[in-house]
Amino acid sequence: MAINQENMKDLLILGGGTAGTMMANKLRKALHAEDWVITVVDKDPLHYYQPGFLFIPFGIYQPEDVIRRKIEFMGEGIDLLIRDVSEIKPEENKVLLKDGGELPYDILIIATGSQVVPEETEGLKDALWYKDIFDFYTYEGSTELAKKLKTWNGGKLVINLSESIIKCPVAPLEFCFLADAYFSERGIRDKVEISYVTPLSGAFTKPKATRMLSSLLGEKNIKVIPDFYVYKVDNDRKVLVSYDEREVPFDLLVTIPVNKGSDVIGNSGMGDEDGLNFVPTDKFTLQSKKAQNIFVLGDATNVPTSKAGSVAHFEAEILTENILSFIKGLPLEARFDGHSNCFIETGFGKAVLIDFNYNTEPLKGTFPFPVVGPLGLLKESRANHWGKLAFRWVYWHLLLTGKKIPVSTKMSMAGKETGEEVAV
Amino acid sequence: METIVNVPVLATNEEGYLKNYKDWTEQWAIDVAAGNGIQLTDKHFQVIRWLRQKQDEGVALTIRKVGHSGIVDIKQFYQLFPGGPLKLSSKIAGIPKPVSCI
Repeated sequence: MAINQENMKDLLILGGGTAGTMMANKLRKALHAEDWVITVVDKDPLHYYQPGFLFIPFGIYQPEDVIRRKIEFMGEGIDLLIRDVSEIKPEENKVLLKDGGELPYDILIIATGSQVVPEETEGLKDALWYKDIFDFYTYEGSTELAKKLKTWNGGKLVINLSESIIKCPVAPLEFCFLADAYFSERGIRDKVEISYVTPLSGAFTKPKATRMLSSLLGEKNIKVIPDFYVYKVDNDRKVLVSYDEREVPFDLLVTIPVNKGSDVIGNSGMGDEDGLNFVPTDKFTLQSKKAQNIFVLGDATNVPTSKAGSVAHFEAEILTENILSFIKGLPLEARFDGHSNCFIETGFGKAVLIDFNYNTEPLKGTFPFPVVGPLGLLKESRANHWGKLAFRWVYWHLLLTGKKIPVSTKMSMAGKETGEEVAV
Repeated sequence: METIVNVPVLATNEEGYLKNYKDWTEQWAIDVAAGNGIQLTDKHFQVIRWLRQKQDEGVALTIRKVGHSGIVDIKQFYQLFPGGPLKLSSKIAGIPKPVSCI
């Protein structure tokens, strides 16, 4: 860690994942090195390309495709500290470390992300864990599942969401589509019954995207069981049991466990009232509701939009502006509109692209994408699939290092077919 | 002698949710609940009042949040409002249909 001069100020970033790394790089370019020390704290020296976890179970990506060292992406003049944080003390402007040290700050950015917590659901992490029950939101889970799928010869495959607030809400659907393609290619699709079991009332949350995705699920013979809020997993009988005592049997369960924010947030008493440890955050300015000099972005916030890398990217643009305003004592005028943009892999070399924000649901039309050309929105195409695969390069080489990506931070209506149902 | 309770007809949307949650009355809740086969108890009303308070505070609700309310756990919430407990209880409480944000 750099030695702090008396007149220098500390900007501390908790979390060196997608959001924290982008913020560090953007702010390092914007703030004078003689005025501000920028420190990123994270307990894990490795950076995982999380969108890649989806592809590992099907052998499309190998484990080594998704791991780099965090330090590779920290620009010059950023201190990366590999330490475990135990608690934030907002009243004292400092962060406590597990080994007893402490870090003072003038500005704190919370980018501690989200994690899967299978322990939240009775019987999930039990006798069948990594035998017949797997997650794919972790490196370990996705690699274990890859081994399982290679030798699995069919039966009831159940994909279950434990909660409705999860990282990358389309990934479980993509898993279904890729599983359909994978078993078709192995010639055993007729021996696999795929069910998508969700606490939501449909395949997705926004009406037009739900209609489009439901019809794709139907075409691919994937059964949707909606309004199923899992209470426990009975390991002996291999069934999911809901709070209202319905049951779904499985041979192989792919779970998206309850997603929670970091334990640090819970330990600091800074989480939302649902006990999920997401940080109450102003959804437009990204300032925390707890203290004016604390800002939050990425999966760690409770703002009502998707938890996804694209969201963290758009938030990082807005938050950079607002932090510069905050330092100058000016009002925070940059407003995040909830912009989210994601490719949905649908199998057999195709994908769907959706683009939406707080007020506008995903619509049909075209999306102006530089170089590759306009991509179709809310419909399957091969170009979208190549866009999704090309994104890994963009992520490692442009996104993390804070380079400008020629995609608008604010959602644009250009190219979208509005129809009459658009929310305003 | 028969007592006739004169309940005003309140404006609702096509799904039966109150258009203006300030219009809500206890009698309206009792009637809507009865229409859904539920006889409201004190426990139901505790949940309903908590939901309305959260609406006043501008808090987006989830089943999990109700389970953390200290009034009911999730299992009890399902027992009180069978089927889709958050949608049904929101309707009876006169607050807008819960929206998912993702």
